[in-house]
This record gives sequence, structure tokens and C-alpha cells, in this order.
Amino acid sequence: MDGPLEEMADGRHPLEPFVELIRRASTDLPADVEAALRAAQTQEEPGSAAADTLATILENVALARANSTPICQDTGVPIFYVRIPIRPHPWAMSPRDLQSQMEAAVAEATRRAYLRPNAVDSLTGRNSGNNLGIGFPTFHFEEWEADDLQVDLLLKGGGSENVGVQYKLPHAPLKAGRDLEGVRRVVLDAVYQAQGKGCAPGVLGIAIGSDRGAGYVHAKEQLFRPLGDTNPVPELAALEERLLRECNELGIGPMGFGGKTTVFGVKVGAYHRLPACYFVSIAYMCWACRRARMTVRDGEVGYE
Amino acid sequence: MAAYDLTIPISEEEIRALHVGDTVRLFGVMATGRDAAHKYLIDTFIRPSADAGQTAGGVPESERPLYEELQRLLCGGVIYHCGPVVRQRDDGSWEFVAAGPTTSIREEVYEPDVIAHFGLRGVIGKGGMGPGTLRACQEHGAVYFHAVGGAASLIADAVKEVVAVHKKDEFGVPEAFWVIRVEGFPVVVTMDSHGQSVHDRVETTSKASLERLVVGG
Repeated sequence: MDGPLEEMADGRHPLEPFVELIRRASTDLPADVEAALRAAQTQEEPGSAAADTLATILENVALARANSTPICQDTGVPIFYVRIPIRPHPWAMSPRDLQSQMEAAVAEATRRAYLRPNAVDSLTGRNSGNNLGIGFPTFHFEEWEADDLQVDLLLKGGGSENVGVQYKLPHAPLKAGRDLEGVRRVVLDAVYQAQGKGCAPGVLGIAIGSDRGAGYVHAKEQLFRPLGDTNPVPELAALEERLLRECNELGIGPMGFGGKTTVFGVKVGAYHRLPACYFVSIAYMCWACRRARMTVRDGEVGYE
Repeated sequence: MAAYDLTIPISEEEIRALHVGDTVRLFGVMATGRDAAHKYLIDTFIRPSADAGQTAGGVPESERPLYEELQRLLCGGVIYHCGPVVRQRDDGSWEFVAAGPTTSIREEVYEPDVIAHFGLRGVIGKGGMGPGTLRACQEHGAVYFHAVGGAASLIADAVKEVVAVHKKDEFGVPEAFWVIRVEGFPVVVTMDSHGQSVHDRVETTSKASLERLVVGG
């Protein structure tokens, strides 16, 4: 917990807590991700390109944390998932007001070099310079029963975003039918296709079902799950475990140099689908799995 | 696998001595250039269109000073696929805060011509490049240097000075040509000038594993 929210006391809108959320996401890799990378390093052959790459990655993680500089220069598109209490909450702000504060925080974090200016006008090619643009950054709001306001932030770079993919089952070339065996086949294909280009070793967020748009939203939500958790649905837990093992049998390795660690997390959610549709949406997250959570409860702001 | 320290400009002899798997620390002045920069190099200097405003030589007068500087920088030089996070100091000078490589394969359609036209000796990026670039490396004496993707704070530490920046307002911060002086920039050779590519090898072996897991599974 990081102290009382002074902005509330004098009635001003909070900006710094959001800037701090962004700073943490960009510069301070979550402990479970770092631990997984450290464990991966011990698996690789000493002196191999894979082991050296993981050592460089870990050195960089420590340096970024110490200097409060971005872990990766591609700070990506900031993706916010906001959960708002139904009951009156400390900041009593509407989604629209919260969004405008988060946008202001994104611009401020860009000014402070926690974020690279990444919002490019698709028609003119001009970079807006402050990470704000049409539909940029991305926000998802929902109301929930809890009393706290929760803001999850994912910074997802373009290299990993480019290797994300959505399959429509059945998929004839892979003989992938509309079942979990079909899901297994297309996920392995996606990781093969990605090679090292998504900055392996990566984490996979996978959504089975849903529509094309929401499928990717759910796939990215899966990336917020702690690496060490167990899927409450037994058949999905078994699929996650098998995919983690088999993705690593592909031997692509860190940065695609070859090696034992190609992915270090597989998280799968199953969602209802249309009778005619069976989508498998795969969000590939690079090793720099930059997620951070801010919780506001009883006027106190906390981060994890 | 051997380890080398190389200073830019690099000779053809030095490049031909490198093989995939070798680790290299780079010293000297290089330029960043990624998507917009590569398209610009092709459209403006290498295959200029017959648009109005261009001289008989094909290069517009307004772009000639930059052309001459790039020719000087890139001959025997290195281009770095990177869109950095930068900070401007109070005196107006720039500092690299985070500067890891971006995915190189997007430049595959341009890179062989850029290597040939400017006499590049090295391309730094991540993820590797395709057969066109591999062939250009063989023909012209160049290599692909792989930097660790995401190791942005670490690599920024090797950038000792931002010498100049070009096209920043037009292309934006990530896409501009940043001219930087580096000391001990760490890379691995993953495509050499003898036709070898780590990326081809890993793709082939992982394809065999995929077939075993999918067809055999």
C-alpha cells in the first residue's frame, strides 16, 4: 500500500496514481515473470545462446528497475481494464471521467519517458507525440460487486502483437476440429509461426469461443493471470499444462536462437460461441510481460 | 563461436571473418532506421519516382544534404532497426533512455537494396531476415547482427552520445534516423556472409517438431 490519496482530500482529480501505475508497468517487471525467466535460465545449457540471452534479459530487468527506465523501448499500446464498484466509491468518477484522467496520465508518462510515443495516424502516418489518438490507448470498463476500484494495465509491444493470430475451426491444413485437440493443434502452429519474432520466450493468452473482436479482448485478459495459478476448469488446466510442455518441445528458444524455453506461461479461457463459429484467439505476450494492477480501497491506493 | 570487438566503419575482410554464433561488441557511429526510414531510402534515393521536384539525378534537391550524410554514415556502416525512447536535456541535446531492437522482417522487401546501394556492412535487429537479405549479405559482404529484443535499458547504456537526428518531425520519434555513438553494443551474428542463418536452421528443426506433435499427436 502506498499511502493516502492526497488528491482526494482537496477534491482534485487524481493523476499521479495513474502515472505511477504506468511507471511500474513499464519499468518494474512482475515478480512471477522474473522468477519464471530465472528458472528458465537454469534449464538452458550453460554458455548456450539461449542461456546468454536469458542472462542479458535478467540483467536488463534489474537495470530498468534500478533506473526507473523502460524495460523495453516498445512500450506498446497501453491496454486498461477497469473494474468499477457499483456502490459509491472513493473517487466517484464516471467511466468517462476516469478515462480522461488515464489519458492525461498516459500523456504525462510519455513526457517523463516512461512510454515511447506510439500513436500513429493510420491515414497520414503522423505520430501524435503523446500516445493519444483515435481509439488509442485502449480501455475496457466493467462494473463489479467488490468495493474497490481496480485498474489493470498491460503494455503490449508491436512485435508480439504482430504474431497474435485468430484461427477459425475446423482448420483443414492442421486437421484441427472443433474440440480441445483442435485448439491444441492451432496453438502449436501459432507458436511455430511466431518463431522468435514475438520476443520469445513468451506467454500465451488464449480465448476459445466468443466473437472475433471480444475473442482477442478475452485472450489479453488471460495474460493478467498469475503464472503459477491453476485453471479452475480441469480440462483447461490439463490443456494449459500440455501446451506449455509441447510448445517448449518445438525448440525455438529465447529470441528464436534455439533452446528449451519457448513459452513460460499458457493461460486459456473458454467462452460461449455462436453455433456457426469456433474461434481460437491467441494473444502472444513477449517475455517482457508488463502488467500492473492498481487498487483503490478506502481512499488508499495500492499496487501489485 | 568466437568473440570480436569491431569498430565502424567495418571492412569487408572483418565481416567475412564472422560466422553465425559469433558474439560481437560494436564501437563507433551508426544510424537507426526502421519502417518509415527504409521506405524513404528506397522511394527517395534508390528507386526515385519521376515526380516533379526531382533533379536529373533523381534525388530531390531538398533531400541531397541528408543523402550525402547517409552515404558517408552507411558506407562500411551499420543500420539499427530501433525506435528508441528518448529524453531531451535542458540544453537541447538528446539522450537514449531505452533502445532495444525492433522486428526486422518488415524491412525484408527493402534491405537487400539498401545494403547494395549504401555499402552497408551490418544490419542490427531482432527476429532475423529472409532469403533476399541473406543473399545480399553474401554478395556484398554484410552480416545480420541480432540484439536481444526487449533489453532496452541495457542497450541504451551502450549508447554514449546522440550525434544527430534526422526526419524526427516528419517520421516521429520511433521512426526517425537517430545517429548514435556506441561503445560495446552487444550483438550475436545470426546471419553471416557465407549463406548461413540461425533462423533458417531453427525454423527447419521446429517444423519437424511441429509435425511430430500435430500429426503424431
